Amino acid sequence: MATGTQPPPARTGVRGASRAAIAPRHLRTDRWWLAPAATAAGLLAFIVYSTWRAFANSDYYAAPYVSPFYSPCLAENCAPMRDGPNWEILGSWWGLSPALLILIFPLGFRLTCYYYRKAYYRGFWASPPACAVAEPHTAYTGETRFPLILQNIHRYFFYAAVPVAGILTYDTVLSFRDEEYAWGHMGLGSLIFLVNIGLIWAYTLSCHSCRHVIGGRLRHFSRHPVRYRLWGWVGRLNNRHMQLAWASLISVAVSDFYVYLLATGAFDDPRFF
Amino acid sequence: MSASTGTNASTGTGAGASTAYEAKFRVWRGDADGGELTDFTVEVNDGEVVLDIIHRLQATQAADLAVRWNCKAGKCGSCSAEINGRPRLMCMTRMSVFSREETITVTPLRAFPVIRDLVTDVSFNYTKAREVPSFVPPPGVAAGEYRMQQIDVDRSQEFRKCIECFLCQDTCHVVRDHEENKSSFAGPRFLMRVAELDMHPLDAAEESGLDRKKTAQDEHGLGYCNITKCCTEVCPEHIKITDNALIPLKERAVDRKYDPLVWLGNKIRRRGE
Amino acid sequence: MTQLERRQWDVVVVGAGGAGLRAAVEARERGARTAVICKSLFGKAHTVMAEGGIAASLGNVNAGDSWRVHFRDTLRGGKFLNQWRMAELHAREAPDRVWELETWGALFDRTPDGRISQRNFGGHEYPRLAHVGDRTGLELIRTLQQKIVSLQQEDFREYGDYEARLKVYQECTVTRILKDTGGETDGGSTAVTGTGGTDGGRVAGAFCYERESGRFFVLEAPAVVLATGGIGKSFKVTSNSWEYTGDGHALALLAGAPLLNMEFVQFHPTGMVWPPSVKGILVTESVRGDGGVLRNSEGKRFMFDYIPDVFKEKYAESAEEGDRWYEDPDRNRRPPELLPRDEVARAINSEVKAGRGSPHGGVYLDVSSRMPAEVIRRRLPSMYHQFKELADVDITAEAMEVGPTCHYVMGGIAVDSDTAAASGVLGLYAAGEVAGGMHGSNRLGGNSLSDLLVFGRRAGLHAAEYALGFGADARARPAPDEAPIDAAAAEALRPFGGVAESGAVAGGAVIDGAVAVGAVENPYTLHQELQQTMNDLVGIIRREGEMEQALEKLAELRTRAERAVVEGHRQFNPGWHLALDLRNMLLVSECVARAALERTESRGGHTREDWPAMDRDWRRINLYCRLTGATGPAEGRIALTRRTTEPLRPDLLALFDKEELVKYLAEEELHE
Repeated sequence: MATGTQPPPARTGVRGASRAAIAPRHLRTDRWWLAPAATAAGLLAFIVYSTWRAFANSDYYAAPYVSPFYSPCLAENCAPMRDGPNWEILGSWWGLSPALLILIFPLGFRLTCYYYRKAYYRGFWASPPACAVAEPHTAYTGETRFPLILQNIHRYFFYAAVPVAGILTYDTVLSFRDEEYAWGHMGLGSLIFLVNIGLIWAYTLSCHSCRHVIGGRLRHFSRHPVRYRLWGWVGRLNNRHMQLAWASLISVAVSDFYVYLLATGAFDDPRFF
Repeated sequence: MSASTGTNASTGTGAGASTAYEAKFRVWRGDADGGELTDFTVEVNDGEVVLDIIHRLQATQAADLAVRWNCKAGKCGSCSAEINGRPRLMCMTRMSVFSREETITVTPLRAFPVIRDLVTDVSFNYTKAREVPSFVPPPGVAAGEYRMQQIDVDRSQEFRKCIECFLCQDTCHVVRDHEENKSSFAGPRFLMRVAELDMHPLDAAEESGLDRKKTAQDEHGLGYCNITKCCTEVCPEHIKITDNALIPLKERAVDRKYDPLVWLGNKIRRRGE
Repeated sequence: MTQLERRQWDVVVVGAGGAGLRAAVEARERGARTAVICKSLFGKAHTVMAEGGIAASLGNVNAGDSWRVHFRDTLRGGKFLNQWRMAELHAREAPDRVWELETWGALFDRTPDGRISQRNFGGHEYPRLAHVGDRTGLELIRTLQQKIVSLQQEDFREYGDYEARLKVYQECTVTRILKDTGGETDGGSTAVTGTGGTDGGRVAGAFCYERESGRFFVLEAPAVVLATGGIGKSFKVTSNSWEYTGDGHALALLAGAPLLNMEFVQFHPTGMVWPPSVKGILVTESVRGDGGVLRNSEGKRFMFDYIPDVFKEKYAESAEEGDRWYEDPDRNRRPPELLPRDEVARAINSEVKAGRGSPHGGVYLDVSSRMPAEVIRRRLPSMYHQFKELADVDITAEAMEVGPTCHYVMGGIAVDSDTAAASGVLGLYAAGEVAGGMHGSNRLGGNSLSDLLVFGRRAGLHAAEYALGFGADARARPAPDEAPIDAAAAEALRPFGGVAESGAVAGGAVIDGAVAVGAVENPYTLHQELQQTMNDLVGIIRREGEMEQALEKLAELRTRAERAVVEGHRQFNPGWHLALDLRNMLLVSECVARAALERTESRGGHTREDWPAMDRDWRRINLYCRLTGATGPAEGRIALTRRTTEPLRPDLLALFDKEELVKYLAEEELHE
C-alpha cells in the first residue's frame, strides 16, 4: 500500500489535514467487506422476491393456507378465504394487489427497525461500509433531518406490527384444518406457519421499542417488579434481534413460497393427520 | 545477583524463551506535518501483547517513538491505537492473534488530530465531557441517606465501566469521516454518559428543569447516530453501547418528541409564530 | 532572564489521582483558584487500577463496625508504627468521604436494603470495603473527574470560562518545586540533585514541562499539594504504572522536606506471574475476600502454616472453620488467606523457595472450586477478563498462578497529621501514597482509597486556607527565585547532550558544559538495571550485604545517568521523559535502600533475613531521609536521622487489650 509523506490536500475525514497522514481509506486486513456484502445480497434477494409476489396478485391462497403477504386482505378483489382474514374495509375501488395495502405495516416496521437500519446503512449506503473503513460520502447528517428523521416513528410501526402478528397467528390457527375446512388436521404447511409465526412474534417482541415500552422507560425497576421481569425477558430476546430479524424474514418468504407452490399445484400439502 | 525473592525465583522457569520469533511491524511515525509507515523487524516472545513490542522498539530501535500508555492491563484506556486498521487497546491485543508471517500495522487513532507517532490530540473528548450537564443531586437527601436498589443501578453501572479509551469515539463514522460534525455531535461515549445520568435512580435533573432526553437530541447530536454499532464492536469493556445506551436514549427522546400528534402540534404552533 | 510562560494560581496540585483530585475539589470549593497538573491524560491516573474497594466503617453489612474498630485494624496491620493521629482521622472521616461520593454521582454496589454494600478484605475485622465489582478505583477516579467537571461547569456559568478557577494541565510534568529564597545557585551545572534547600524558603510555585511539546512553563502559587503516588517503577515486578517514578518524593526531598520510613514497601501477595509481559499486574485481594484460596503445587492450603503469633487468636485453625466464616462470621474465625498482605506475600515467597511453587514460579489462587462460574463473572468481572484475555486462563474453571508484586510504598513525605503539611517547607502539602505515616509498616487493602479521600481533602483544605491567607495582593505572595528556574531548565535539557535543537528557543536556557566524560548511556537500559537491582537486592526479603551492594550499584547508576542521552527532539519524546524521571527514581531508591539497611528488624513491609524478628524497641523509631547536599557522582545523596515517635493517646491505647499491646509496645511505653 502506498503511504506518501504528503497528506493529500483538501480532503476530509481520515484524510483530513490534521489527521495522521495515511493515504488508504482503511488499513484493515480482514475480509471486512464480507458482512455488508452478504447483508446487501440477502436483503436484495428478499426485495426482489417480495416485490414480485406482492404485485403478482395471484396464487396466495391454497386452502386452508393464506400467504402472510396477503393477510389480512382488506379489499374486495381478494380471493375468498373461508373464515379467513377477508375484511373488505376498502371496498371495491382498490384495483391493485391487496398485498400492497397490508405490507406497508410489516415493511415499515422492518424498515425502521434498529437492526435493519444498521444492515442497510452499512450494506446499501456504505455509511459506514464497516468499522474504521472510510465512507464514500462527503457529507453526513444521519437521522437528524427529513426523511431519515422519520426513523423515529419505529414505535408506531411496532404498535401496528402487533395486530398484524395477531392476524398471522389467527391464520396459523386456521391452518389446522384440511382443504375441506374440517378442524383437527395438520400438514407440512401448518408446521411452516407455526415456525413462521413463532419467529414473527419473537422478532416483534424482541424489538428495541418493545423493550423500551415494556420497562426500559422506567427509572426505578424496583417499583415495578412485573415490568422489570418482562423487561428482562424481552432483553434476552433482544440480544438475538439480528438473528430473529433474518430468521423471520426467511420464514415469512418460505411460508409465502410454500403457499405459492400449493396454489400453483406444484405439489400437494403433505398431511400429518 | 541472588535469586532470593519469590518473584525472582520464577524467572527462567517461564515458557517464553523457546518460542521467540522475529515479527514484521509497520508503525506510523510522523507528526501533524506528515509522516509515513516505517518498517521494523522486532523480537516477539510468548504471551506478549502489541504494547510490549512497541516498548521493545522504544528500548532498542526508536527511543523517541511516542506512545501513550499507563496501566498495561486494559483498565486505564490510554494505549488506544489502530492495529491492522482496527481500533484497539495495544495492551489487550495479544500477539498470538496474528500469524507469524503477517506484517502488523500500527497507526495512531485516525479520527483525531495527530500529535506525534502514535499519540493523538484527544481534547475533543474532554470538550464534549464538559458539555454534558453533571449529576444533579436530589434536593433534601443528605449524604449517607442515599438509598438505591441494585436493580436500579445496574444499567448505569454498566456504562460506568467505561475506561474512556475513546475507541468508540474514534471508530464512529459520524466524526471520523466528517470533521465538520464534531461541533454538533458528542459521540457514543458522551451520549452514553447522558443515558447513564438519565437512568440514574436519584438524578434530579428533571426536577431542576433539565430534560436530558431533549438535550441529547438538541445539543449532543443523538440524531447523527445511525446505530451502525461500530462503537459496540470496538469497546474493550464490552459495554453494549448501542443496544443499552444509544437506542434506549433514542426511544426516550421519542417519548418526548416523536409522538406524531405532539410533533404535528409543535410544527403547527411554530409555523404560526 | 528566562522567557517562560507563567501562570498564577492559589493552589497547585501535582497529580490527578484520587488524592490530587480530591484536594483540588476541596481547594476550589474553599475559594482557591486551583490548578491540577498530571503526567497522563485526565482520568488515567493509577487510582483506576484499585480494584477491591474503599475501607470505611459504614456498618452497612455488619452493624458492629465503627471507626474505633477500623482504627484498631489499621494499627494492627501497620504493626503499630502508624502515625496514630492520621490513622484516627482516617478511620473517623472515611465514611463521610464515601457518602459524599454518592452525592457526586458514584454508584456503588448495593445491599438489599439499598445502602452501599461492603465486602471483606484482609486485616479488616468486618466487611468494610465499599466497592463496585472489582473496579472501585475506576469509579472513584471517574466520580472525582466528573465532580471537577461539574465545578468547571459552575464556573462557566459564572465567568464564561470553564477554567476560570479550576484547570487541569494534563500530560505535563513538574521537575522542581520553586521557592522564594535561597534555593539552588549552581545555575545549570552538572548537578542532578540540587543542594536541596534547608534554607527555610517558602513554596512559590512549580517548574513544569508539557510532554506534548516539550515546552517549559512555571506555575506560580504559594501552596503546592503533592499527590503523585508511589515509587513502584523502581522495581522490576510491579503492579504500578509508568507514572510511579517517585516524583513527589523526590520533589519534596529536593525542596528540603524529609521522607519518612521509606524502607516499608508493600509487596502485594497476588500479582500475575505469567505471561512474562504482564508479570506483576495485580490480582485483586477481593478474590480472597470473596472465598478464593491459596494452594501450593501439592494442593495444600499452606496459609494455615503461616499464621504469626500476633494474629493467632484472630484466624481459623482449620479449613472447615475458615469456610464456615464466610457464612457465619460471628461464630467462626476468618481463613488465613485474609491475613495482612505482608504475611501472605512472605508465605507465598517461602513456598516457592521451598520448591512447592507453580510452573511459572507462583502459587495457585483458586476461586473456580469455591463459587459458581456465574457468580465469579459477576463479582470479579475484570479479573475474569484480565486472565481470559491476557493469559488464556478461565478463572471460573481453573486456578490462577500468582506471586508477590511491588505494590505500594508506606513510607513517604513526612506530614503533619491534621493539615497534611510537609514538615520543613512552608506551603508544601502531601496526600495519598506520596505521604508517609498513615499506614505504618504495612497498609491494609482498601485503606488506600479512603486515605486518598480523607487526606486529599485535608491537604486541599489547608493548602487553600494557607494560600488565601495571603489575600488578593500579589506582592504579598512568595515570588519564585529566578536562578533555580534557569537551573531547572538546564537540568531538564541536559539529556539532549547540550544540543537542545528547537527546544532551546522555547526553553531559553543556556547550557554550559556538554555531556560528562564517558560513554553515552541509554535511559531505558539504566531504568532496567535499576529495576533489576531494586527487585533483587532490596526486594521482599532483604539482607545486609545485598543492600550494601545495591547502594554501590545505585551510585554507579547515578553516575551513568548523568551521561544519559536521548535522541530526537522535545515533542512527546518518551526517552527524554524517562531520562528526567530517572533522577527521581534514583533518589527514592537510595532512600529505600538506606533506610532498609538501617532498620535491623522485620516489620510489615520490611523483612530482613538477618533480623527476622520484630523488635519492640524499633517500634518507636521513625527513619527520616534528607538530602546530604553532596554533588560528587559517587557520594550518597541521602542521609538518615532517627526520631522517636509520639506515644499513642491513652484513649486510643485503651481500644486494645493489654495482652495484645505487650506484643508490640516496649516495656516502658506500657507503663507510661
